[in-house]
Amino acid sequence: MTADASTINSVPAGEIELSDTAANQAFGFWIYLMTDLVLFASIFATYAVLSRNYAGGPTGKDLFDLPYAFGETMVLLFSSTTYAMAVLAMHKARKNMVLMWLAITFLLGLGFIAMEINEFYQLILDGNGPQRSGFLSAFFTLVGTHGAHVTFGLIWMAVMLVQVIIKGLTTPVQSRLMRLSMFWHFLDIVWIGVFTIVYLMGVI
Amino acid sequence: MNQAQTDSTGASRGSFKSYAVGYLLSIVLTVIPFTLVMSGAFSRSSVLFGIFCAAIVQILVHLHYFLHLDTSSAMRWNVMALVFALLIIILFVGGTLWIMYHLHYRMMV
Repeated sequence: MTADASTINSVPAGEIELSDTAANQAFGFWIYLMTDLVLFASIFATYAVLSRNYAGGPTGKDLFDLPYAFGETMVLLFSSTTYAMAVLAMHKARKNMVLMWLAITFLLGLGFIAMEINEFYQLILDGNGPQRSGFLSAFFTLVGTHGAHVTFGLIWMAVMLVQVIIKGLTTPVQSRLMRLSMFWHFLDIVWIGVFTIVYLMGVI
Repeated sequence: MNQAQTDSTGASRGSFKSYAVGYLLSIVLTVIPFTLVMSGAFSRSSVLFGIFCAAIVQILVHLHYFLHLDTSSAMRWNVMALVFALLIIILFVGGTLWIMYHLHYRMMV
């Protein structure tokens, strides 16, 4: 690889190595996302099996507030787009724009998590916590696992905000921002499955 | 490689226009299933068909416009990994549902 690169005069060998590393990191992270997809698939399968085991308790029809779930979906979808704007600003090397879009994405993600915690809190207050029925155990596991992923994404985003401020848009920082972008869009894709299978199918 | 330029960070980049198109398509594909369910005007089976179609199309929209997955040589191994993950998922979910519903049927009758 390096021997080949040194024969190309127009591109310095170091730059080729760096871009190779970043491409490998992006692909490795993609493999992780695929294993995460398998994790979510097994939780979805568990939910599908338990989704009618109400144990005499409330059903999805009694519990789910569709306009609320629609609001959550819109917040998450918008945060995906604002992250894309941060990536566009990154390619143009506009550091302040990157920081602004990252901060907006962070606040939207925080809003999504706040809405989800509020929903869980209301359910538990009404005695419909995960211990109420098989259906609710599976519901809290599936939606909670997605929420935990979003929370870790927010921690990562906070770290990246600090790194962009301190280190600037260096190649490693850009590579990390691209991987967080993949993670964030991936969580949005998983949420499509959640709102379709849990909220919409639960109410039909 | 014409459509998806790769840069030094190893990921292909989109344009403002492609992200805007992806965002608008996603909104439409979210509004459709919620409207189908909330209107209550259609039969259960047609609503189920509608929301699953909308979900699958929206996932494809996200993969194309946000994750820039395509058939270019740069993305070939990403697509291969996704196809393999889908195979595992079909075995997992399909196998689970088959076995558990069959068990349910045997225990109840």
